[in-house]
Amino acid sequence: MNEMDRPPVVLEARGISKYFGAVTALEDVSFSLRKGEVIGIVGDNGAGKSTLMKVLSGLYRPSEGKLLFEGNEVNFSTPSDARRLGIEMVYQDLALAENMNIAENIFLGTEPRRTFLGGLISFYDHRQARARASEHLETLKIHVKSVEQAVGDLSGGQRQAVAIARATAFDAKVVIMDEPTAALAIREVGKVLDLIKDLKKRGISVILISHRMDDIFYVCDRVLALFHGKNFAQADLGDTSRSEVIGWIMGTLNHKGTLAHDRL
Amino acid sequence: MTDSDSSDAGDRTTGKRLDVVALLDRYGIVIVIAVLGLLIYASQPDVFFTWRNITNILNQNSVHAILAIGMFMVILTAGIDLSVGSVLALSMMCLAVLSASMPWPVTLVIGPLVGSVAGFVNGVGITKLKMPHPFIMTLGMLFAARGLANIVSGGVPYSGLPDPVRFLGSARIPLGEWGGGMQSLPVVVVFVVALYIGFHIVFEHTVFGRRLYSIGGNPQAARVSGIDVDRHLIIVYTICGFMAGLAGLVMAGRTNSGFPNAGMGIELEAIAAVIIGGASFFGGRGTLIGVFGGVLVMGLINNGLNLNNVSVFYQQVLIGIIIVVAVSVDVFRRNVSTRK
Ligand SMILES: Nc1ncnc2c1ncn2[C@@H]1O[C@H](COP(=O)(O)OP(=O)(O)OP(=O)(O)O)[C@@H](O)[C@H]1O
Ligand SMILES: [Mg+2]
Repeated sequence: MNEMDRPPVVLEARGISKYFGAVTALEDVSFSLRKGEVIGIVGDNGAGKSTLMKVLSGLYRPSEGKLLFEGNEVNFSTPSDARRLGIEMVYQDLALAENMNIAENIFLGTEPRRTFLGGLISFYDHRQARARASEHLETLKIHVKSVEQAVGDLSGGQRQAVAIARATAFDAKVVIMDEPTAALAIREVGKVLDLIKDLKKRGISVILISHRMDDIFYVCDRVLALFHGKNFAQADLGDTSRSEVIGWIMGTLNHKGTLAHDRL
Repeated sequence: MTDSDSSDAGDRTTGKRLDVVALLDRYGIVIVIAVLGLLIYASQPDVFFTWRNITNILNQNSVHAILAIGMFMVILTAGIDLSVGSVLALSMMCLAVLSASMPWPVTLVIGPLVGSVAGFVNGVGITKLKMPHPFIMTLGMLFAARGLANIVSGGVPYSGLPDPVRFLGSARIPLGEWGGGMQSLPVVVVFVVALYIGFHIVFEHTVFGRRLYSIGGNPQAARVSGIDVDRHLIIVYTICGFMAGLAGLVMAGRTNSGFPNAGMGIELEAIAAVIIGGASFFGGRGTLIGVFGGVLVMGLINNGLNLNNVSVFYQQVLIGIIIVVAVSVDVFRRNVSTRK
């Protein structure tokens, strides 16, 4: 594709480093994400994938480097700063409150409310939360018995769906997903991947972290590998192969498929 | 279950075993109260179910009831406040000492104000000093506030408070003559019921209240959703301190005095009421109505044993057993619900 025809860049990271005391989790990492693009991030355990995503979503401040959103430099001090711009994250551990119901989880931090006395008192609008949650789940084609079910009572796939529903409940522009399929049975994996395709169709950009080549090659447009906290390689999906990407994870370029793990 | 609007308890349960647990979880406290009431009624049919005795139970437990609201709030966020007894005493002493020299409106507000300040210090300590657990900070406050209560009073009780200050703790609303005598309703009973209704609405129907449930359920989830967890915790501990100050005002009014040993060990009774009332020590679960039930259970045990002239020591044994049973129900429920 010609550079001119490509959709605009939504989110860009330039030279991001992140240190935790003596540990260097990220070093000079750069990448960019276009509108409606699904990018896969791969890398070994501890490569820095989750840390990079937490920087993008405002949970961590980068030690060095900068972030650009729609061309403007941004500094996030909390996740709500990022959420305000439309960057949402589905955490590896999902970050759901199991004691609360589906609707309450979807609107955690962004509760529908009726305010009185100039905002001094905010009543939780349970009715609106239920109605909007049902409607939103409907558009995502996620089926649950009732939005009043406690999240603790749901299956892994349903929880994943609720976490994704939360990330997309408002006008999300970028949705970051950290290993959304890792804990799921095959049937539920398919549902989550189809959800990602749906988001892409709606013009939402998705960053997908996964260890599963099947996921990457099913939904992504581009794949980027981190190795020991650094950019290692990246390519459009059509220009690479599973065995090459697996090689990147192991830290070898131009891998030709002779290692044992290729046959696993 | 934490949401008041759901009537479909059956919907979210998956087996018969779970049904029983969910039912016990929701209505267990009502059953316990009914059984206790029947037992006491059977043993003292002439005394127990009289207006005088029932309002007495509520009156005598009003201090516990007020403390239990604040304690429930901190336990809901998976915290604890060990300092409420000492803060109660400090608030009580400050108002008793000042009542001699200050106009009564100052005396009236000073107790809850002192309590709020102590609670605020707890909250800031827990969140900003990054204490490993609220236990530590509030244990420190337990000692410090008790010491201060003795320092401000020179270690001696003060008595004789102005009437407006005594009003909340000792005034009665006359209800005329019926049922064999002049009847009345203690003002503090009305006050406590109003507090419970107000805070019930806070917990179930305000954004603040629902966020406390989410913080107790998963603080990390609350944080990444943009909720300022620290700010909420500071408010929660401040309210808990405020309640301790309010309890100090009630106790001062009832006894027409301030004494520096007031409320010793009462924090444990407030914790017991909250736990018996079905709140989870792990945070995120429980209702204020249940907590009120917990206060009633403790009050009924006290009343029943008193009416039958049973020693207070049996009362302690009984409460100990009920706490253990209540918590094992909680643990059992968690085990059932996490086994997928
Ligand atoms: N909060 C933290 N404090 C200290 N070190 C950290 C912290 N978070 C991550 N690290 C370290 O940074 C490195 C990168 O971790 P990260 O979680 O980003 O890896 P990952 O690529 O997501 O791995 P995985 O595939 O196992 O999820 C690891 O060495 C990890 O130990
Ligand atoms: Mg990770």
